[in-house]
Amino acid sequence: MSFMHNLKEGTNFDHNSLNALQKVTLRSVVMAFLFYGLVALEGMIMRMVEVGKVPLNPLPGQFFHPEHFFSIMTVHPIVGIFGSTYQLVFGAFMFLVPYLTKKPLYSIKLANFVWLLITIGTALAWIAAFVWQYAPLYTLYWPLPADTHQFKVVGGIVFIIGVALIMVGTLGFIYNIYATIFARVGIHKNKTLKELLISGFGIDGMLNLVNKLRGKQPYSKEPALALPVVAIFRGTVDTFLDALVILGAGILILIYLVFDASGHALDVTAIDALLYKNFFWWGLDLVADGLVLIYVAGSWYLLAMLITGQKLFMENVARAALMLELLVSWMVWSHHLLGDQGQPEMMKLISGEMVTAFELLTQGLALFITLVTLWKARPLKMTMELKYLLGGMVGFGLAVPAAIIQADMGMNRVLHNTQWIIGAHVHIALIVGLYMTLYSAVYVLWPLVTNNTKLYSHKLSNAHFWLHLIGGIGMGAFMGMAGLDGMLRRHLYVNGQFNPDMVFAAIFGSMLLLAWALFLYNIIMSVGLKGLIGIFSPAKDPTASYGIEEELEPADDPAFANN
Amino acid sequence: MTFTNSAELLSFHWVAYTIYAAMIISVVAWFGYNLTRKEAKSVFRIPFYWYMAFLVAGGVGHHIFTYNTIPWVSQDIDRQNIKADAKYEFEVENHKWIGLPKKIVVQCGQTIRFDVHSRDLVYGFGLFRQDGSMVMQMQVNPGTDVNGILDSNDILWTFNHNGSFDLTSTEYSGPKQYTEDGKDLMLVKNLVQVVGCKKGGGK
Repeated sequence: MSFMHNLKEGTNFDHNSLNALQKVTLRSVVMAFLFYGLVALEGMIMRMVEVGKVPLNPLPGQFFHPEHFFSIMTVHPIVGIFGSTYQLVFGAFMFLVPYLTKKPLYSIKLANFVWLLITIGTALAWIAAFVWQYAPLYTLYWPLPADTHQFKVVGGIVFIIGVALIMVGTLGFIYNIYATIFARVGIHKNKTLKELLISGFGIDGMLNLVNKLRGKQPYSKEPALALPVVAIFRGTVDTFLDALVILGAGILILIYLVFDASGHALDVTAIDALLYKNFFWWGLDLVADGLVLIYVAGSWYLLAMLITGQKLFMENVARAALMLELLVSWMVWSHHLLGDQGQPEMMKLISGEMVTAFELLTQGLALFITLVTLWKARPLKMTMELKYLLGGMVGFGLAVPAAIIQADMGMNRVLHNTQWIIGAHVHIALIVGLYMTLYSAVYVLWPLVTNNTKLYSHKLSNAHFWLHLIGGIGMGAFMGMAGLDGMLRRHLYVNGQFNPDMVFAAIFGSMLLLAWALFLYNIIMSVGLKGLIGIFSPAKDPTASYGIEEELEPADDPAFANN
Repeated sequence: MTFTNSAELLSFHWVAYTIYAAMIISVVAWFGYNLTRKEAKSVFRIPFYWYMAFLVAGGVGHHIFTYNTIPWVSQDIDRQNIKADAKYEFEVENHKWIGLPKKIVVQCGQTIRFDVHSRDLVYGFGLFRQDGSMVMQMQVNPGTDVNGILDSNDILWTFNHNGSFDLTSTEYSGPKQYTEDGKDLMLVKNLVQVVGCKKGGGK
């Protein structure tokens, strides 16, 4: 096939053959990868600034201005976490829950609202930073977001509205997922709400373990919900709490900004900065240490089962561990406040150190169960999905111990706010750990969501894999080394003070950008530009499920059977 | 084994984590290779409960290790009951240090209390060596008590090595911390000078 033919038509992709569920999934995925490109570009710009004003640095001078640099730093995580990761995860889960439960998605219309709200919200936050240079960073440490001496009120209002839209979209996703899980149709027609809740929280898995120890019959031989759905259910609890906290902080900031605009500025000291930090980090940490780890564990289990075609090793333990992970995620936020001298020492010790260390246990358990499931099924073909899954596990294998090391009162004194945190921990966790897991899911779901569309090039897929893996680890490693050399993470360095670390980080970062470009090219050549646009046209087939052949009958008293 | 300053700790950490990183990447690579081989056999079996015990020991043991080898941990926890050799108290407002001495000269082995108050935003207080590496840092939160007295952000630090240390804010407090061409307005060169230590540290 010719280049032009592929560019226009793709391989064998036909967007008209897709049903409503497939189309809405692909819309989220497309937006997620477009935002990923933006975030990779932003990351490279910041990296090049930190390489400094040195010969051969092609970056224009305006990027070195503090307002510009910190505006980019403010939107970089908003675009990356919400615009890209949330959309990709939400898109995948809105397909997987109906697929795994053999039930239709509660509402396609709501699913469309979700991706639209998150896209518009992310764009507004980005515009606030680009046009008005609103730059309080994602941490929003009080009272900086309400500091109108440094930032324009209009920028703040647009930014907060953007973030609020993202959170409203998130709440829409949560409603859609729970309404689908609790819908008493199909295989769940005869299940009660109580049975679904018990399964959702993993209590059946825990009771099975207890009964086994007592030599009794299992509480439930066939749990009501498949394990990956349990992980989605459980992770979504944290997603909900996190959305409430971020919305709450947004409303507070908005009130201050609106009063300021009306000429009646409120007293910012009325809000205790340390208390606010605790509140905000409790919520924000539910993303990092809650939903990400729970969703990832669930994704590993699902991928291991789909790749091997076998049952998961130690399934009951995995179900119970997800419950533990949820409880742990609510109690670890103090590790972000180890450098705050006003924070009670007991909270630092218990929440910041001891409970946080449990994450080594829960994530280590997920790693163990996944690896043993794969090992028992060998020999396996080294498919793209398996490669990415292993890559994802390497990412978390590196990033989680890095987190435990820094969540320590001794280490934190010299690591807090350095590039070590954001490089060796955050970027490796997200780029290598999370994204490689998500790419594995993309490769697994690709034939289902696109009706067996052939990927354009296996070589490009391989090139993407290696560039992403090496680029991600390399960039994180050199950022981490710069951190150990004293380089701060929220600081402007324009003279290349931390070269050659930053030069190497930039080289590896450019590999990530190139990897994304190759992946995008591979996808466009597979679905074609016509197909890409067609994804956004209305679906001819309104079906909101996948793989269900027979008509589903609702229960006599359906709780959420409306579609 | 005791780390006498952060440079020793960071060097140790660099080596230990690099070894760990190389090990975990190699293990997963080896595992991936053997997944594709029919004849692959387990080189060693890892009993589940031993693996769990190892993770618990790793998570808890790390904190026990640092508590016993890093002197500033116990000093920090118990700082209200420790008498410092000298105390320096100053404020920060509008990205400027207020009441900062021109130079702080510290004799080797002295324990100094730094108490910083913020009048507006969240800042950081960090000391850095001339090669850019960090001596220590803390967050500086704004706020007052019911009597309107500014909240304290204090840290005790014992200096065991000679050197001249720069001060800057380690927390982002807005772009006005910098000039348009990126100069850090909160950077104070050579604020702290430690004298009287032997070459390898200590009196």
